[in-house]
Amino acid sequence: MKQGIFTLESNIQLTDSVFEMKLRGDVSDITACGQFVNIKIDGLYLRRPISVCDLNGDILTLVYKTVGQGTEKMSAMLPGERLDLLTGLGNGYDLSASGDKPLLLGGGVGVPPMYLLAKELKAQGREVSVILGFNTGSEIFYEKQFKDIGADVRVTTADGSYGTKGFVTDIMNEKPYSYFYCCGPEPMLKAVYKTSETSGQFSFERRMGCGFGACMGCSCKTVTGSKRICREGPVLRKEEILWED
Amino acid sequence: MGRLSVELCGIELDNPVIPASGTYGFGYEFAEYYDINILGTFSFKGTTREPRFGNPTPRIAETPSGMLNAVGLQNPGVDRVISEELPKLKKVFGKPVMANVSGFSIDEYTEVCEKLDKEEQVGWLEVNISCPNVHGGGMSFGTDPISAAEVTRAVKSVTTKPVIMKLSPNVTDIAEIASACEEAGADAISLINTLLSMRIDLKTGKPLLKNVTGGLSGPAVFPVALRMVYQAAKAVSIPVIGLGGVDSPETVLEMMMAGATAVQVGAANLVDPFICKKIIDGLPEVMDKYGIKNIRDIIGGTRL
Repeated sequence: MKQGIFTLESNIQLTDSVFEMKLRGDVSDITACGQFVNIKIDGLYLRRPISVCDLNGDILTLVYKTVGQGTEKMSAMLPGERLDLLTGLGNGYDLSASGDKPLLLGGGVGVPPMYLLAKELKAQGREVSVILGFNTGSEIFYEKQFKDIGADVRVTTADGSYGTKGFVTDIMNEKPYSYFYCCGPEPMLKAVYKTSETSGQFSFERRMGCGFGACMGCSCKTVTGSKRICREGPVLRKEEILWED
Repeated sequence: MGRLSVELCGIELDNPVIPASGTYGFGYEFAEYYDINILGTFSFKGTTREPRFGNPTPRIAETPSGMLNAVGLQNPGVDRVISEELPKLKKVFGKPVMANVSGFSIDEYTEVCEKLDKEEQVGWLEVNISCPNVHGGGMSFGTDPISAAEVTRAVKSVTTKPVIMKLSPNVTDIAEIASACEEAGADAISLINTLLSMRIDLKTGKPLLKNVTGGLSGPAVFPVALRMVYQAAKAVSIPVIGLGGVDSPETVLEMMMAGATAVQVGAANLVDPFICKKIIDGLPEVMDKYGIKNIRDIIGGTRL
């Protein structure tokens, strides 16, 4: 973990409620895709954790959805503003388990961490398939970006206004895959857990205090005991997950 | 003694800055970020007899100038603290540590204290009778002077280490509780633990915390904490450790002027993991600004 001051390069709106922020700064502590950063926001006490979407040189890309006070304030920030970030938080995805044909499943605001993961898996020569799930066509973002890196991209929408009507789980077993990686709202994670035919990794979201393991605010129970989503997570392997209800 | 040093129950601290229990784990994780030997000491995560997962999540919430928590004393239990956590700490921290103890009965407090008493690295026992987030224990001992005195006496009978009673702000008369602990043999008191509090999400109509209520901490509570430290310090002659919203050299000095011998830093560690180092590094300059030669000279120095 590192504390650093980042400069906002751009902050553009992708959909009604999703924004893409590019920040310049010291990214040396970000060692794995699937990690997150924790952002200090003026006027709020606790930092806000946002997953890493992309890294290019010293440019960090975050894609976030406005869901409350913190992300609302983020969406109003202007290029040139300076932000205090803790970087290199969380364990990130383990790429070594991917096999030749990994399947990446992103639901809504769970799509962003899949992007850097897809890029890295492609760089390792894997045949990467991606299924992006959204509620409706107007909420879709990053479809083109995934296609541009050469991933096989399928899109589902719950209302059928774009792509396949339904959920990512409706089509995830249509083509063979060696392993899967998944991020999205918890009902989606549960559905993928039940539907999946291979092992895989899930990225979880929890309300956090510190983001680096000190407060025990984001603990969850697993097969191997209690884990902190911010420190031993946010990525958990399928075999260790215990669903709460 | 250096200009920052203070004495706490016969043990000299290089400076009065002590990360508070529950915000610093068992210390070794912060040692990845800076040398934690710069601290006066720190108070480790509240330890109970049995391992505890704590309360269901969400157990953290934002509030203006502060936060709510209802973690509920998650810890691996005293036996694993001794066999696993303390050996890890020993590798990175060469000073006496403050052992924070919680319990649900007087028996539990004494059993845990008896075990920690045998640990060489433990300098003080800080007995938490003020956790607002557990039922049938914790705070219920700290809101009644008779119970507070009973726990103090019981713990004192099983240890030779200094006993610090950690008090709750959720009382009508803090001086009465502080005095009861002193009379029962406490070597020091620390205050305040968090203030019982609550928030509701207007969208869902549900409390932000699954536990419904939680403890408020952060800068929002600093003036309340300062007032209670002032009142408690006037009521007792044992050392008082001040905590609640401390996040800067200035707030450390203010706490000490109110009567604190040492100061704990809690919620601020969660927002800025380097805050204790920054406070310690910044103290000499701020002391110079206010003409303070030695920090111990200002303890209880509020002028009326």
